[in-house]
Amino acid sequence: MLEVFIFSTLNGLVTGLLLFMLASGLTLIFSMMGVLNFAHASFYMLGAYFAYSISLHLGFWMGLIFAPLIVGILGAVVERFALRRVHAHGHVAELVFTFGLAFLIEEAVQFFWGPDTKNYQSPDILDFPLFTLFGQEFSAYRGFMIAISVGIFIGLYYVLTRSRIGIIIQAAITHPHTVANLGHNVPFIFMGVFGVGTALAGVAGVIAGPVLTTFPGMAVVLGSIVFVIVVIGGLGSLGGAFIASLLIGLLQSYAIASNVGMPDLLNLVGLEFSRDHPLTDLWTLTLPQIAPILPFLLLVLVLIFRPTGIAGKREQ
Amino acid sequence: MLKVRNLHAYYGKSHILQGVDFSVEEGEIVSLLGRNGVGRSTTVKAIMGEVAPQGSILFKGEEIAGKPSFEIAHRGLGYVPENRDIFPTLTVRQNLLLGIKSGQVQGRWTIDEMFDMFPNLAERADVHGGVLSGGEQQMLCMCRTLMGDPDMIMIDEPTEGLAPKIVEQVGDLLEEIASRGVAILLVEQKLSVALRISHRLFVMGHGRIVYEGTPDSLMQSDDIRAEWLEV
Repeated sequence: MLEVFIFSTLNGLVTGLLLFMLASGLTLIFSMMGVLNFAHASFYMLGAYFAYSISLHLGFWMGLIFAPLIVGILGAVVERFALRRVHAHGHVAELVFTFGLAFLIEEAVQFFWGPDTKNYQSPDILDFPLFTLFGQEFSAYRGFMIAISVGIFIGLYYVLTRSRIGIIIQAAITHPHTVANLGHNVPFIFMGVFGVGTALAGVAGVIAGPVLTTFPGMAVVLGSIVFVIVVIGGLGSLGGAFIASLLIGLLQSYAIASNVGMPDLLNLVGLEFSRDHPLTDLWTLTLPQIAPILPFLLLVLVLIFRPTGIAGKREQ
Repeated sequence: MLKVRNLHAYYGKSHILQGVDFSVEEGEIVSLLGRNGVGRSTTVKAIMGEVAPQGSILFKGEEIAGKPSFEIAHRGLGYVPENRDIFPTLTVRQNLLLGIKSGQVQGRWTIDEMFDMFPNLAERADVHGGVLSGGEQQMLCMCRTLMGDPDMIMIDEPTEGLAPKIVEQVGDLLEEIASRGVAILLVEQKLSVALRISHRLFVMGHGRIVYEGTPDSLMQSDDIRAEWLEV
C-alpha cells in the first residue's frame, strides 16, 4: 500500500510539474492578452518534434537546448506578425485565430514528420533506475523531468517576482499604458512573454516526448487538460496554475493506481447488483477507468461552486 | 523645449481639441488651466500619444506627434496621469524602480534622494503601493516619473482630492523639480497652486487656448477669470 502511494505520488508529481510547464505559459499569455491561446499545446508538440529531429543528428541534449529556442522564436514571430494584428479585431477573432493555428500546426507536423509515432528516446546517460523502493524502480529520466520542472518553476518565480524585468511584466499586464508612459516598450514585452511562454511549452514537449510518445495527436491529448488547469487554478494566476497542475497530476495518478470500483462503494452501503442487470457496465466501473475524466469532472465542480478558480480574481 | 502647434484631437466624432497652440521653455513651469471638459487632459494625452493627435508637437526640436508613448518617454518627456496609476501590488521601491528606463545611465534623481525628500515613502518603502494615502500615492507617482530622468514632465491634476497641507507640499515639490532644470507643464483646476508656482499660464476653453499670460496678469484680468475659470 505504502509502495503504491509513494510511486503514485512521484508519478503524479512528474505529470503535475509537466502540466505546470504548459499551464504557466498559457496563463501568463492569458493575463497579457485576455484570451486563451488554443494553439498553446501545439507549441508543446512542436517542441517534441523539433527535439526529436535535432536528437537524431546532435543528440538529446542539443535538442533540449535548441528545440525550445526555435519554438520560442516561432511563438514570438506568431505574436508579432499575426496575433498582434488579429488582437485589434477583438477576442473572438483571436480565439478563432488560435484555433486555426492549432489545426495548421497539427497538419504541418503530419506533413513534415508523417502520421506515425516517432521513436524519440530519452538519453542513454539517464537510462538507469534512480532508486529502487519495495522492489520497484524509479527511472532517472523521471527524476530528471522533476528536476527540470522544479528548476523552471523556481527560475520563473524568481524572474517574475524579484527581477526588474519581472516587475515590468507584472505592471505591464495590469497597467500597459502607464508602463508605456514610463518608457517601456510594452508590445515588445508582450512579444517576449509570448515567446517565453511558448518556449516553456517547447521544453515540456522536449522532456515529455520520450515518455508520453511523440505523435501528431499529442497536443490534443494534453491541450484539453492544460485548459482545465488554468480554469481550475484561476485564469491568469501563476500560483493557482501551479496548485491545479499538481492537483490534477496527483489526482489522476492516485486514481489510476487505486483498485477502488463502484462495487466496493455499493457494498459499503449494502447494495449489490446482479451481473445481468441492464446497467452492469455502470455498476462495475472502477476508479482507474474514470481517471481520464476526473480533471473535467473537477472543472465542472469548480465552475459551479467557485467560478473564479482557486486563485483567480472576480472581474470588476 | 515643447512647441504645440494647431493640435486637434477627436474622441469618436467629438472634436475635442480644436487647434491648441502653446509652448514650454527649458526649466519653466507652465500651467494649463480651464474648467472641466475643455480639453486640458486630452491635450497632454495627445502629446503623450495616448490619444491620436493631429497637428505639430515639437519636443526638443523633433516632431513627436503620433509616436508611441514609450518612445516619447525615452526622448525625455515624462507624464504623471490624473488617476495616478500606482501599481498596487508592487512595493513603493518597486514602483520607483519601474520608472527607470532600460539602458538609462544615472540621472538627476536617485531612489535615496527621493526617500530623503519624502521620509513617508522611505518609511513605507517595502509596503504595497495600493495601501498608501492619496497624497503619498501622488508623491510616489511623481517620484516614479522623475526616476526616468525626464527633461520635462506633464502633470495632470496632481492636487485633485488632496488635503490643503498636501497640496502645498506638491507645489513645493514642483518648484524643487523645476529648480533642477526640469520643465513642467501643470494641468490644474486649482488656481492657488498654479498662481503660486507658474512662470506662465494658458487658459483653455472650447478646445483651444483662450488666454496666455503670467500669474500677475491673470490676477488682474477679472473678466478672463470670470468667463473661463470661475464656477
